[in-house]
Amino acid sequence: MAGIEVTSLHKRYPDGTVAVEHVDLSIGDGELFVMLGPSGCGKTTTLRAMAGLERQTSGDIRIGGTLVNDLPPAQRDIAMVFQFYALYPHLKTRDNLAFPLRAEGLPKAEVRERVDEAARMMELGPLLDRKPQRLSGGEQQRVALARALVRRPRVFLMDEPLTNLDAEQRADMRTEIKHLQGVLGTTMVYVTHDQVEAMSLGHRIAILNKGRVEQVGTPLEVYDRPASLFCAAFIGSPPMNLFDVELADGALHASGGLVLAPPAGLPRDRSLIAGVRPEALEVTAQGADRTVPGRVVSAETLGDEINYVVSSGGRDVRVRMPPTVRFAPDAPVGVRHTGGIPPVYDSSTEELVA
Amino acid sequence: MAISVDEAVPAPPVPDDARRARRRGGTGRAVVEVALLTVVAVAMLFPVLWMLETSIKEGQDIYAVPAKLFGFDVTLDHYKDVFVAPGGGRSDLSVALLNSVVVAGSSTVLATLLGVPAGWAYSRFTLKGEKDQLFFILSTRFMPPVVVVIPIFLMYRSLGLIDTQLGLILIYTAFNVPFTIWMMKGFVDEVPSEYEDAAMLDGYTRLQAFWRFTLPLLVPGIAATAVFALIFSWNEFVYAIFLTSSQEVRTAPPAIAGLIGGSTVDWGLVAASAVVFALPVLVFAYMVRKHLVAGVTLGAVRR
Repeated sequence: MAGIEVTSLHKRYPDGTVAVEHVDLSIGDGELFVMLGPSGCGKTTTLRAMAGLERQTSGDIRIGGTLVNDLPPAQRDIAMVFQFYALYPHLKTRDNLAFPLRAEGLPKAEVRERVDEAARMMELGPLLDRKPQRLSGGEQQRVALARALVRRPRVFLMDEPLTNLDAEQRADMRTEIKHLQGVLGTTMVYVTHDQVEAMSLGHRIAILNKGRVEQVGTPLEVYDRPASLFCAAFIGSPPMNLFDVELADGALHASGGLVLAPPAGLPRDRSLIAGVRPEALEVTAQGADRTVPGRVVSAETLGDEINYVVSSGGRDVRVRMPPTVRFAPDAPVGVRHTGGIPPVYDSSTEELVA
Repeated sequence: MAISVDEAVPAPPVPDDARRARRRGGTGRAVVEVALLTVVAVAMLFPVLWMLETSIKEGQDIYAVPAKLFGFDVTLDHYKDVFVAPGGGRSDLSVALLNSVVVAGSSTVLATLLGVPAGWAYSRFTLKGEKDQLFFILSTRFMPPVVVVIPIFLMYRSLGLIDTQLGLILIYTAFNVPFTIWMMKGFVDEVPSEYEDAAMLDGYTRLQAFWRFTLPLLVPGIAATAVFALIFSWNEFVYAIFLTSSQEVRTAPPAIAGLIGGSTVDWGLVAASAVVFALPVLVFAYMVRKHLVAGVTLGAVRR
């Protein structure tokens, strides 16, 4: 087992495209580390550089303290699971699992033992004698995971492994992956563009954008205090409300009329933006205490909650409410802030200031 | 990249009712379709049929008026004449056919050997000016080959490649390579690169990964590409007639054309040699027909 250190990683392709601008990461031993970002943010390229499938233009990668820049993938002691499962189509499940071990030249008995163990862990018994095209997507992905397991690598690298599965299988596999990682205690780097996956799996999450790391933190840190406007807009569904605010009389005054409690140490000479989660707001009857007037634009009833979009003070405000609170579209309502102190951003640097 | 070659989705079964309704509703249309297709088939196939008949008719039956569609005497003399010279020994035509096999075969093998790795490289790697390079490669096929026949002739004369099989092989390869590169790039695009990634993680080098995992999946594409390249080289006429003159080097298309134009034309021989000339390509295409269909549609359907 091993941690991973990525320092000043930069990747530029021969055609001039810069996939990774500058990435520094420090991934602890035994950690389940998620890299999250929109497509083209450089998360997959970073992962492939860790795997040795791409050679970075500059920067260093260390796995377990060893500099691996010039090591071929096979010598890095890693296993990777791909979005497209990449099971060898001409081999049965059993042989797919055994393949990396045979390639290593392990004795037959040990190969069989390890394959059986991985098959047992992933419950692949009935699938062992089938070829990949006779497996469903979920089954193929389980085989792909098992193929990573048999190698007992120091690090698992997962490249959007659940993207091609349907919603139900995705939830099941998510649980399974998290459980496995916990049991094995092996370092895992998991790349995804799905924030739900990132939040539910990761011990820590790195949010990448345009080839740079925007924020690294635990799921709650990332959710509660997004480090930049990009993170604020990217994490959370529906996304955070971003209000232009002015500091006056010891309070933050949003353009729509909402008044928020200010964090300590706000700079006075800059234009500020406050981020307010939809669940930190409340829709009430118009004219109630501390509310600003508004009008319901739309209501998404999700069963366990209702997401309102309320037009207030010339802009749309997203509010998440329990399913018991019902307002019809176009109804006049009041919006009130009920949450704690919001994170505040500098509108020019787009970064968290307090 | 949401593609997968493993998950072939079967077409949903058409309910019996729907099928019957369509058949009933489309009877009139089906009749017209069959009639039209029959006309087209007859128009297309009649020359082939006539060629086959002519190749096995006695000389006087070929010229008979009215033409004898049935009831003529069958002879295989024309086929014998294709291969055996009048005084015994090998005929010029048989030499020409052998030349065609050598020239078309070699140029197809060469073009495929060059096109497969090139197509793979263009598909798998990001290169400087990749699109421009590919466009340049394609652009060499924008003009009809005949346009450059004079400059090629002059170059070949300086290089001593006039009237050599090597000269023909090289020029056919040159014409086929852009085509094979483009076609193979399309096929390689369809094979997920993760196979190679996975193999590299399992300890293979990139070339080994290509050789062991990607190449076997490319066989249908290679077969389809090779057939198209072969057909081009086999049928090529203009360069063959410009760049070769001697009977020892000349390929079949100009040799067969050369049968026509004397004071008398032995149509039986012309027809028989045309049949012999057409057969190898037909047989080859038939042998790889499975790959051919798979190959043609593999490149065409986006998943």
